[in-house]
Amino acid sequence: MNLDSKIPEGPLSQKWTNYKAAQKLVNPANKRKLDIIVVGTGLAGASAAASLGALGFHVDIFCIQDSPRRAHSIAAQGGINAAKNYQNDGDSVERLFKDTIKGGDYRAREANVYRLAEVSGNIIDQCVAQGVPFARDYSGLLDNRSFGGAQVSRTFYARGQTGQQLLLGAYGALSREIARGTVVLHERHEMMDLVVVPDKDGKPRARGIIVRNLETGELERYAAHAVVVATGGYGNVYYLSTNAMNSNGSAAWVCHRRGAAFANPCYVQIHPTCIPVHGDYQSKLTLMSESLRNDGRIWVPKKKEDAEAIRRGEKTALDIAEEDRDYYLERRYPAFGNLVPRDVASRAAKERCDAGYGVGPTGLAVYLDFADAIKRLGRDVVEQKYGNLFQMYKKIVDVDPYEYPMMIYPAVHYTMGGLWVDYELQTTIPGLFAAGEANFSDHGANRLGASALMQGLADGYFVLPYTMQNYLADQIYVGKIKAEGPEFDEAERSVRERLDSLMAIGQNTDTHHSVDHYHKALGRVMWEYCGMARSKESLAIAAQKIAELEAEFYQHVTIPGHSSEMNPELEKAYRLADYFELARLIVADATQREESCGGHFRVEHQTEDGETQRDDDNFMFVAAWEYQGHDKPEVMSREDLNYEYIQIVKRNYK
Amino acid sequence: MHFTLHIWRQENRHAKGHFEKYEIDNISAECSFLEMLDQLNEKLINDHIAHPVCFDNDCREGICGMCGLYINGRPHGNDDGVTTCQLHMRRFNDGDEIWVEPWRAKAFPIIKDLVVDRTAFDKIIQAGGYISATTGGVPDANNILVAKHIADQSMDAAACIGCGACVAACKNASAMLFVGAKVSHLNLLPQGKPEALDRVHNMVVKMDELGFGSCTNTYACEAECPKQIKRQNIARLNRGWIGQMFGRDRRK
Repeated sequence: MNLDSKIPEGPLSQKWTNYKAAQKLVNPANKRKLDIIVVGTGLAGASAAASLGALGFHVDIFCIQDSPRRAHSIAAQGGINAAKNYQNDGDSVERLFKDTIKGGDYRAREANVYRLAEVSGNIIDQCVAQGVPFARDYSGLLDNRSFGGAQVSRTFYARGQTGQQLLLGAYGALSREIARGTVVLHERHEMMDLVVVPDKDGKPRARGIIVRNLETGELERYAAHAVVVATGGYGNVYYLSTNAMNSNGSAAWVCHRRGAAFANPCYVQIHPTCIPVHGDYQSKLTLMSESLRNDGRIWVPKKKEDAEAIRRGEKTALDIAEEDRDYYLERRYPAFGNLVPRDVASRAAKERCDAGYGVGPTGLAVYLDFADAIKRLGRDVVEQKYGNLFQMYKKIVDVDPYEYPMMIYPAVHYTMGGLWVDYELQTTIPGLFAAGEANFSDHGANRLGASALMQGLADGYFVLPYTMQNYLADQIYVGKIKAEGPEFDEAERSVRERLDSLMAIGQNTDTHHSVDHYHKALGRVMWEYCGMARSKESLAIAAQKIAELEAEFYQHVTIPGHSSEMNPELEKAYRLADYFELARLIVADATQREESCGGHFRVEHQTEDGETQRDDDNFMFVAAWEYQGHDKPEVMSREDLNYEYIQIVKRNYK
Repeated sequence: MHFTLHIWRQENRHAKGHFEKYEIDNISAECSFLEMLDQLNEKLINDHIAHPVCFDNDCREGICGMCGLYINGRPHGNDDGVTTCQLHMRRFNDGDEIWVEPWRAKAFPIIKDLVVDRTAFDKIIQAGGYISATTGGVPDANNILVAKHIADQSMDAAACIGCGACVAACKNASAMLFVGAKVSHLNLLPQGKPEALDRVHNMVVKMDELGFGSCTNTYACEAECPKQIKRQNIARLNRGWIGQMFGRDRRK
């Protein structure tokens, strides 16, 4: 497969400027003749639709929830990065660029990341103009805090609800365009297939989508000159994750099935600070923001007998004397301390728990302690900074974090992999664009905290409105696209057949299980054998177990009701069917990547002190996979990563 | 723990609904209300008792505003400052009877079982719940100074998750707290001032048009709001309404 990243000529700092100067534009009168489909209303989708609508394009936007304001971007807590250098602490576009590349363990594309850093400041300007109530100091200026992997304070925040406030800003902008009539909203609609139609020259182009109305079950068709997929990541393949219940990988996956390459699926981010698992009925894991690591200190007991006593309930954290506490992040990484990047902090927690020092009833937890911060700053200041997070913790766990340290453990949080895109955020199918977490482009093998919000909004506000015009400028000659023809018929028919065949499973056998039964089983396999630590052996076991589960699913899953009504069980079933294919690809990708980098840790490839060991000579590439059919292994192509400006070094936070 | 559940079942928008009784056992006190319903659904599916109960839910951490059940006569149930997904079974006693209903309001028609249509809230926002800042061409963020206490008050109001509990709690199904919170969030900020009067007018007119009731100052909305949005926002809205009567430019 030909992977042309289309990186513009010129020095790194001039590439985006040069691109914009040379790109094609669409004249204002022509914009309203061009139709765009946007799938997903999170930060990337909502900001893209609002910006494209404001430019004058006609946009149809789709979400699976009852309102665009509920997309999972809303749950992001801690903040958004931007190279504003408002704190005069040495920040710059270059610094943010370098931190992001290093944070991603040198597996991201230089030009994309530089552009991200370059537009980061505009995002903050835009959000403030929209009325996002960012935290301010007493002078009325914007306040900042620090996040992992950075030695400057560049994170802007709105209490512990930054994602919510940014999304409400984008949702407001979107609502304005809906009111103006440039954007049409379709809520409770799920993308089921991508329609690819060959051009006159035989070149395939994305021309529409098939959607399912989740209230009535009806299938509907929409046609457009271009399609944007901004449907988030696939973390729920692990069942338990910090993702929302309905977050799923299916919209991206149907694009993959139609020919869009899928890149780096094995890069999954495990977030270090989540509330630990407590029972098998549990449906999701709750994140405790990374911002807590600004003031919280992470520790476990130094003595195994103390950890054991805590696990048995004979001692509490407060019984452990200061000298008997092991602040293991501060010990191992004195330069960054508790603010090391997420992958590093997660592995360190796992290491301590595996060695027998974990706390909590299961032994799979470590402490996040605010006693020092409360002593230093006073309870009021801590409450102002983190009040809603503390409240959330207390409601879930029924323990007061002002009195006792929080207990936390790593959980699946974000997926760096996704649809392969070039510099223009276009996938390998012309006319199909991917934005936000759904694409793979900016975070390499590990994403830094507060960078997901930055990337989603950068893609939607400041990248797609430019790069899509470069594509659409030629499309004005095509004329109105209608949702008809053999390709639309075939796509709709194949969706209908898929739904019917899922509904028919389990009709002829006596053993039935619900969709969740299989999803939980798949999640356990993925977490156990393809989670925080992976080996050749564990991946082989994963591959086998996934195949067994998948075969069983297609024989015994039971889905009550019909496909022609609101049917959440059916929704879960077709998403899970895609997760089985995706899980296979994650394992295949993790198997081929014989190195450790970022969130991908192969136990065979580690240094003596347990850090990741990259193999830059053999693996400095993006793995882009092509779908070959349900039963066939996928084929991998490489996009080599060329670092012209960054000096590649060992990733060191010590 | 063991519970007897009375759950509102309704096939679709047009069907007639009714309460159905279910028994459920072996529920951990640590699990959330929605996880209890998950277990009920699992049982309904495995034992072929009935179709699973439909209920809206998504983030399950109290921020998306998707979930919302009327539990024993209270929106989001018997705990303060939480959404249904954050309500834990430890708040109930073993053997309790629990009545579970959808939001009841004319402006929120029932779609199926416990799922309601809240698109009316989106329509109110579309009427003016935003600042018209088109992408690009905005000033540097620190050119707009906002006093800390004003930014804090704005943020207090902006914390609304749009779940609809205020409407469900209100005997008149009024949306004043929701509208008041959005108007306060934007109108308190200097960026929101240019459109402040139109915003109040347009959002209130839209709210009335969509069939929400009037406010009679009972403040059940404030008592039940999972984000503890304050009634002061209603006062600001009323003040804004008077202000727009005199100050709004009607030539448009």
